[in-house]
Amino acid sequence: MTVMTPQRSFVRTASEEALPPPRTVAGPLAWVKENLFSGPINTAVTVLMAWFLFWIVPPILDYLFFSAVWTGQDGSACREDTTGREVGACWAFVIDRVNYFLYGSYPADLRWRPNLFFLVLAIGIVWMLWLDAPRRGLGAIYFFVVVPILSYWLLAGFPAIGLSNVPTGVWGGILVTIVVSAVGIVISLPVGVLLALGRRSHLPIVRLVCVIVIEFTRGVPLITVLFMANTMLPLFLAEGITVDRLVRPLIGVAFFASAYMAEVVRGGLQAIPKGQYEGAMSLGLSYPKMMYFIVLPQALRIVIPGIVNTFIGLFKDTTLVSIVGIFDLIRTVESARIDPLWSAPSVNYSGYAFAAIFYFFCCWGMSWYSQSVERRLAASEKR
Amino acid sequence: MASVVDQAPPRASLIYDPRVRGFFFQGVLVLLIGWMAYEAVTNAVENLRAARIASGFGFLGQPAGFDINQTFIEYSAAASTYGDALVVGLLNTLLVAAIGIVLATIIGFAAGIARLSKNWILAKVASAYVEIIRNLPLLLQLLFWYNAVLSTLPSARDAIELAPGFYLSVRGLSLPAAVFDGRAILILIAFGVGIVVSLLVRRWAKARQAATGEQFPIGLTMLGLVVGLPVLAWLLLTLSGGTPVTFDVPQQGRFNLTGGSQLFPEFVALVLGLAIYTGAFIAEVVRAGILAVSRGQTEAASSLGLKPGQTMRFVIIPQAMRVIVPPLTSQYLNLTKNSSLAVAIGYPDLVQVFMGTVLNQTGQAVEVVAITMAVYLIISLVTSFFMNMYNRRIALVER
Repeated sequence: MTVMTPQRSFVRTASEEALPPPRTVAGPLAWVKENLFSGPINTAVTVLMAWFLFWIVPPILDYLFFSAVWTGQDGSACREDTTGREVGACWAFVIDRVNYFLYGSYPADLRWRPNLFFLVLAIGIVWMLWLDAPRRGLGAIYFFVVVPILSYWLLAGFPAIGLSNVPTGVWGGILVTIVVSAVGIVISLPVGVLLALGRRSHLPIVRLVCVIVIEFTRGVPLITVLFMANTMLPLFLAEGITVDRLVRPLIGVAFFASAYMAEVVRGGLQAIPKGQYEGAMSLGLSYPKMMYFIVLPQALRIVIPGIVNTFIGLFKDTTLVSIVGIFDLIRTVESARIDPLWSAPSVNYSGYAFAAIFYFFCCWGMSWYSQSVERRLAASEKR
Repeated sequence: MASVVDQAPPRASLIYDPRVRGFFFQGVLVLLIGWMAYEAVTNAVENLRAARIASGFGFLGQPAGFDINQTFIEYSAAASTYGDALVVGLLNTLLVAAIGIVLATIIGFAAGIARLSKNWILAKVASAYVEIIRNLPLLLQLLFWYNAVLSTLPSARDAIELAPGFYLSVRGLSLPAAVFDGRAILILIAFGVGIVVSLLVRRWAKARQAATGEQFPIGLTMLGLVVGLPVLAWLLLTLSGGTPVTFDVPQQGRFNLTGGSQLFPEFVALVLGLAIYTGAFIAEVVRAGILAVSRGQTEAASSLGLKPGQTMRFVIIPQAMRVIVPPLTSQYLNLTKNSSLAVAIGYPDLVQVFMGTVLNQTGQAVEVVAITMAVYLIISLVTSFFMNMYNRRIALVER
């Protein structure tokens, strides 16, 4: 039985649609007011910044794209007196010289070898950096053992299997930049771990040696280490033994990066609670086993962002080898831009712009990776 | 009664004794290093003899025979020694480092605070600056400033006049030079007195505020004393008998700028490049430091009635400085070490003068490299010593 209630005409049966919030507290207008014009000072800053952007951004875009020259055979394509218009970036020059920027003077018919080297290295890097990749232990062996040997055979040559020798003097450009940084990371990581372990060792002499090496290297500029490798290394070796001109700065860079890597790794080692060490010891593990199975896997995982940041620094620092006469990207740009065939004022900027874009995207990609790892680690900490 | 006391622990084999192992490994390390050092030294002696290169530090007293364009001490190719060249290079390095550190700190603090600004567009511009500059190699930036910007400036004849007396041309920045006569020392004394008196006033004002709570406009008073006293001295001297300071303003001639003092383009490019590069890193340090101060501090300060400026000055900055100072020190050291990139653009710093020219002329690689590295190490150690002292002063005092 239902009790009939009389319909009251003033009671709503359906709820009214919610009104949109007033435009002054939500929506784009409110956002603009809150973030750009919330007060007189804020407004002044906004106007000033807008003026600054207006002053700086359109000329840059115009230079890089709208009035850039994309095709041409020589410098006359990029000069105002011959084209009769304002000339932006001379990309024709970069396109013309892109092989020089990539490989230096590496013989043109052998360029597949550096290309294959890039591929071999890229596989190794992806395997190492992708945290969910299968068989990462195998990946480490591939990266630290297989890649160096394979790369050496590919780039320098291995006559026994038909790869002719290519002297390092003709290597250049991005190839050398990548070789120097790859050697830097492959050597500095294990050496840095050893130095860090040595610095935290209980043996006084080992600790002293490691502290001296690390602090000395971190106290001097890289360029002095490179000069030292260049001038003093040949002195210290017995007569008759010569070190390749490319290998000398490689040793310097690797040595320098190892000291910085050691400090990063030490940070990770210090963050591991003492209980982990004690637990490992109570299981009867020896020092190498304790480090290899218990401590280092945890410590290195924490410091992945630090390692990547060190590597970004190393990657930027490889430009310094150009000062001691190695043809890395910077040096090839420098030597290409003074080429009389391409003499045009715009060529100066274009070469630097190309190098800047290359370095920016490499470093930016690495720092993006390190930030994503950091977020991931933070998430796993929270649980 | 059987007893278990006095029973010696079972003797393990010696190779399992950690102490024995420790001695063994360290012995191996010492032997290895000793052998390497021995090999290096004997080879070096042999190679140096073969190449007929002298050894020892006697070369520091020999005449240098090359010119340096920017010098702070008396230096000439004919009369000066390699030792003088070392001092010139060192002073040039210190000058660049000092000016670079001041500029980088200003840029870095401005950009770091701007990145946290509520103004969206300002924060984005600051972020863009930090991200772009940090991801480009310093060497590339220096080459850009030197080869692509400064070398395309007009010649001295068509120099750009930035302000009256300030000319910018391909030969650098020409600016008025102050010429002091003998009485100008009084201005310096007035400046010194201003500093001492203002420090005393600050101490008194602090004590009074602690005792009574009354505030005293310290900042304005200090500014007035430090700036006002020298200006007063200058005025009095001028009134009593002609101005003690005259300015040698550069004159734009037909082909050249004459007079005034000049900043070389290498110097300008190096300072600019270092300050902008390091400024981006300092901005990140400052931002992290300010973010490390918890929001509750700001809210508590507001609830006490402090104005935003006061909150920043008395609450946020003192706490943020504790986080900022250690990484800031390493940025200062990085800037000093990075000033060695001067060699790429030809600014006569320590590396360019000493490791470049002197090393090439004498061939004494071991001594030259050792001296240069030692100088940088000393600079690093002294800087970190002073920064550590400052850090201890501002560090949190716990019970």
